Amino acid sequence: MIGLKVTDLSFHYPDRTQVLNGINFQIEPGERVGLLGPNGAGKTTLLLHLNGLLRAAEGTIQVGDLTLSDEVLSEVRRMVGFVFQDPDDQLFMATVAEDVAFGPRNFGFGQAEVDRRVESALEAVGESDLAPRAPHHLSGGERRKVAIATVLSTDSALLVLDEPTSNLDPAGRRELVNLLASLPATLLVVSHDLPFVLELCPRSLIIDQGRIVADGETRQLLLDRELLAKHRLELAYGFDPANIADR
Amino acid sequence: MHMPDGYINLATSAGAAVVAAGGVATSLRNSGKELAERQVPLAGLTAAYVFAVQMLNFPVAAGTSGHLLGGALAAILLGPTLGALVVTVVVVMQALLFADGGVSALGLNVLNMALVTPVVGWLVFRWLMKVLPARTSSAVVSSMVAAAVSVVASATAFVIEYSLGGQGGVAVGTVLQAMVGVHALIGLGEGLITALTVGTVLAVRPDLVKGAADLPLVTDRTAPSRATTVTFVVGGLVAALVLVFVLAPIASSAPDGLEKVALDTGFSEAATDHPVGGPLADYGVSGVDSERAGTVLAGTIGVAATFAIGLAIATLLRRRRAT
Amino acid sequence: MSGSHAHALHYHGHSPVHHLPAETKLVGLLVFVLSVVSTPPTAIWAFCGYALILMIALGLSEVPARFFITRMAIDLPFVLFALLIPFVGVEPKIAIGPFAISEPGLLSAWNILVKATLGAGASVMLAATTEVPDLLRGLQRLKVPVVLVAIASFMIRYLDVVAGEFRRTRVAMAARGHNPRTVFDAKPLAVASGALFIRSYERGERVHQAMLARGYDGTWPSSGNERIAAKTWIVGLTPALFAVIVAIAARLL
Repeated sequence: MIGLKVTDLSFHYPDRTQVLNGINFQIEPGERVGLLGPNGAGKTTLLLHLNGLLRAAEGTIQVGDLTLSDEVLSEVRRMVGFVFQDPDDQLFMATVAEDVAFGPRNFGFGQAEVDRRVESALEAVGESDLAPRAPHHLSGGERRKVAIATVLSTDSALLVLDEPTSNLDPAGRRELVNLLASLPATLLVVSHDLPFVLELCPRSLIIDQGRIVADGETRQLLLDRELLAKHRLELAYGFDPANIADR
Repeated sequence: MHMPDGYINLATSAGAAVVAAGGVATSLRNSGKELAERQVPLAGLTAAYVFAVQMLNFPVAAGTSGHLLGGALAAILLGPTLGALVVTVVVVMQALLFADGGVSALGLNVLNMALVTPVVGWLVFRWLMKVLPARTSSAVVSSMVAAAVSVVASATAFVIEYSLGGQGGVAVGTVLQAMVGVHALIGLGEGLITALTVGTVLAVRPDLVKGAADLPLVTDRTAPSRATTVTFVVGGLVAALVLVFVLAPIASSAPDGLEKVALDTGFSEAATDHPVGGPLADYGVSGVDSERAGTVLAGTIGVAATFAIGLAIATLLRRRRAT
Repeated sequence: MSGSHAHALHYHGHSPVHHLPAETKLVGLLVFVLSVVSTPPTAIWAFCGYALILMIALGLSEVPARFFITRMAIDLPFVLFALLIPFVGVEPKIAIGPFAISEPGLLSAWNILVKATLGAGASVMLAATTEVPDLLRGLQRLKVPVVLVAIASFMIRYLDVVAGEFRRTRVAMAARGHNPRTVFDAKPLAVASGALFIRSYERGERVHQAMLARGYDGTWPSSGNERIAAKTWIVGLTPALFAVIVAIAARLL
């Protein structure tokens, strides 16, 4: 497992819209951290920086021992597993097995090793049977789990997930929590689903207008009504973090 | 439009396959490395899009309906090279997965639908864009004309192929009249939908319209001047006339000597009583007994109709801008 | 095209025809169809021979005849068109009742009908017995440029997604009373088509990001290129070989 350190990260689009404005935070190896914030706060933009899909004007990103740069881009992309919000964007090959094999093939593994990795990644998400199926025939929950398998197959040690519970039914959401909690990886999870974050991530960051505005224990953050209201975050009706036992 | 096996003889089909393969190879070479690195998923998604909009049937006239070919649209959005590759993939997969279009006619179908339409559409579009003022409205109007002309060009390509390797039985003139006539009408629908599609994309993501890449990104809100409209009418008219008077005689001149007798006697009589493809009967050319005159008349009617619609769009646009 | 399945012509099965490598079926299809097209329309017995070959293959494939015939309906517009030809064809004509029927037209109609039908039948056989990923691998092994195969693969993968988005838009429009009758009513559809293009393109951009995130560097990873045994080729091409024999016989006799 590896850690992540982001220092003074700033980013603006070509039209000068400032999206990230001096982001600083650090995640220890093995931590599970939630990233909360209103729409347009810069959450997805931040995630896209973590494996170099976007390159910031200023600031550094350190993944494990590596500082992100062109020379180590391929290595960083192997270590950081990115699970996109819409599994349909992530699962682009004709079959599940080919899709899970896409990463390992790009990173130059031989056929036997690729097969082994596909098998063990699908096993890790509990969906070995899906290997020959076409992605568009899967249910929402199956797609999400296969999407996670596509990054596990490259031995990603830091998983970055964008809205993993979107479009999942309650049972699928429950299975996802159990799966993510069982993985031996550092997690950074963007979500609007606050109960999900509370259950999975002991620690959370709140981002708004391109800045980290809060960093602390998830339960404490969610109990701070004033803080939540200020950043357009809201607990689901009837949900009270104070009444939930620790996992 | 998807030709099955048996329409055109083997030699012509093989020739078309060679031409089509050459065209695809040229496109692949021109698209170069950028295609591999960046545009494969974009091309694939656009192919899925073209496939989906080809299911979009629109009513033409007298109970017939046409569906979008999408060649000109793909070229205007992606450029002629990538546009041609995208539609090629669509046409090939339609033959292999959906048995739509014959395998022996694959070269012909790729040539007519995936190469002629993007290339003709692109050339007409770029030429009009050069003639017209650099405005969003010009791009919309040019798309309309380019798409309409591309469909008629595709139909003309079929007639040329038929004249070279058709299995006989029907005079080339009759086929020309039917194909160009019907496709002038289908071209109107194609032009309208293409123009509105390009207009919508230009309004939201102008950067995605490759054909209009040199337009200033700030959309102008001024009404097109009278001069614009005049330029449009003159420019489009010239393009269409080129099509009618240059392409049509090429198609019909080759078999003239061989089939002249058959044409003079058989054609007029047959066409009066038994129209090909329905709408031609209402199309007002069936009584004409000279093949050449009938061809030009069919084309001219198509052109006139194209322009009526083009003018209607231009007027509509102007009215909307004014309010 | 059925809504839930990108490959409406496929009939799931485990027959010997299903298990043939896709490239043998592709080459076989091409050879078969070329044989049919090269046959003079007057050699009626030859077309019976082709039909027999196709029927034997159909029997081996365990694809139900009913499935096969309904899937050939794509041929129908051309059947209708071919039926018109004798009425608009050239001289000489024969009078049948009130109609003047063109003799060359009649021959031409028969020619198109029989060849288009046999061609469509053979194409449906390929589509019915071949899974899409196998077909794509077959094309790749037949040296179709890998970029084209990759584009086709993306197209098929996202066909349902894109068509589904389009269908939902049309349902939403119909729900609010949109009922296109003339070309001018097509405007909302065309606007929806523009929006659909933008959505498709933006999805393409996201897919590209997802590929980069997993180490894509512009080289499409090739799946295993195992060679096919000569015996498999021979078995796969047997129907096509019979078709070639029929075609040669039809020329000579």
